[in-house]
Amino acid sequence: MIEIKNISKSFGERLVVDDVSFVFEQGKTNLIIGESGSGKTTIMKLMVGLHEIDKGEILYDGQNFPTLGVKDKQEVRKKIGMLFQGGALFDSQTLEENVRFPLDMFTEMSPEEKMERVNVCLEKVQLTGKNKLYPGELSGGMKKRAALARAIANEPQYLFCDEPNSGLDPKTSIVIDNLILSLTRELNITTIVITHDMNSVVEIGENVLYIYKGKPWWTGNGKDILKTTNPELLDFVFASGFMKEVYNAVKGK
Amino acid sequence: MNLFFHLGRYFLLIKRVFSKPEKMSVYMKQIVHEIDNIGISSLPIIAIISFFMGGVITIQSAFGFTSPLVPLYAVGFTVRESMLLEFCPTIVCLILAGKMGSNIASEIGSMRITEQIDALEIMGINSAGYLILPKILGGVLILPFLIAISMFLGIFGGYVMGVATHACTSYEYIYGIQAFFEPWKLYYSFTKVITFAFLITSISAYFGYYTHGGALEVGKSSTAAVVYSSILILIFNFLLTQLFLT
Repeated sequence: MIEIKNISKSFGERLVVDDVSFVFEQGKTNLIIGESGSGKTTIMKLMVGLHEIDKGEILYDGQNFPTLGVKDKQEVRKKIGMLFQGGALFDSQTLEENVRFPLDMFTEMSPEEKMERVNVCLEKVQLTGKNKLYPGELSGGMKKRAALARAIANEPQYLFCDEPNSGLDPKTSIVIDNLILSLTRELNITTIVITHDMNSVVEIGENVLYIYKGKPWWTGNGKDILKTTNPELLDFVFASGFMKEVYNAVKGK
Repeated sequence: MNLFFHLGRYFLLIKRVFSKPEKMSVYMKQIVHEIDNIGISSLPIIAIISFFMGGVITIQSAFGFTSPLVPLYAVGFTVRESMLLEFCPTIVCLILAGKMGSNIASEIGSMRITEQIDALEIMGINSAGYLILPKILGGVLILPFLIAISMFLGIFGGYVMGVATHACTSYEYIYGIQAFFEPWKLYYSFTKVITFAFLITSISAYFGYYTHGGALEVGKSSTAAVVYSSILILIFNFLLTQLFLT
């Protein structure tokens, strides 16, 4: 479980994250949603220590992450898997080497054990047999799945996914969503997903935090969101004509 | 103030670079990879430049030594002194600052803007150590060998060109390259090479590591890496020459 308590962050005069508190539960897919520039990615970067918080607490199973020393932070980070928006695969390494990388760095596995683990991870993300391809040879969806394979290679306790569906077609988006959901259940990990994709919110959003102008604006689950009366959230959720039609159908209009 | 900001940040980065590696075996593989990547791949260009520079110095020297008071073996002596003292340790390192510097800065800069460095950090890896230490050690280990080869090829190029153009005889040239040899000059040359190797790799890595933005900024970092590495090579060349030769 990860708990954030009253975290705030400013860049110069601009307050980007304003007193946000939330509990990201273990074994659930926790979603952070909001408009572009609302502070979602900043919250994630604060949580993993890529930015420093101005105030507040970030508790990883009770450990206040920002106050830890360099070595202790590294120990917590070894339990984190992260899927970046662009994948962030190492260009000079094959898919196999990318997925094996955390195992090479942090485990004493034999080469055979590592290879077995790599193949298991690639199978989970439906990339069996693509071991020798380089990131430059993969499509956008394959890169995301490969990055997910790397993120889970070392069996993380916490999985962060930054806009896993951005730039993907609806079919591939559903594949990625289902993967995230099944991995969360199977490994019983704390998963945090940042997304704009309303389909993902409804499908996999078990614990949703809506951020509006850097502030926590609404919490609930993916199903509740369709029944919300919060005007800002309504604007966000039903921004498209299609979603308005869905809304009207749900309301029986 | 800007200078002090960069100096402070550079030394803090170097401190992180030389902190204890997470796994030595992985770092060792990286060092070998970097020796090949930044060192061995530079061999062809160094060989060509050194060979022809040796030849040109030979012809120019022979052309200049018109006085009967100057013996022709001075041609070989001049080529050896030029190659050992200045051309190979300094000019070749300046050329390598362009090749290696832009390579290192653009590689690390691209990793920065595509979040690959963030990915390393989040995995719990000291990204500065993992990315930069193998490049520094690889450069410092391989450059002396490259420069030794450059020295040999430069002197050999002088011999080939000198004999081929009848600028001097084979005997005169070989006598010249052995005349008045002082071994401490090699110590001076290789001290310069090791210093320059450290400067090129660490400064280029610094500019790459702190790249922010997009492809345009990667280009700017590469340019800055080459410019500042070259300037510092010239400054340290002066300082080391003062230190050793006065």
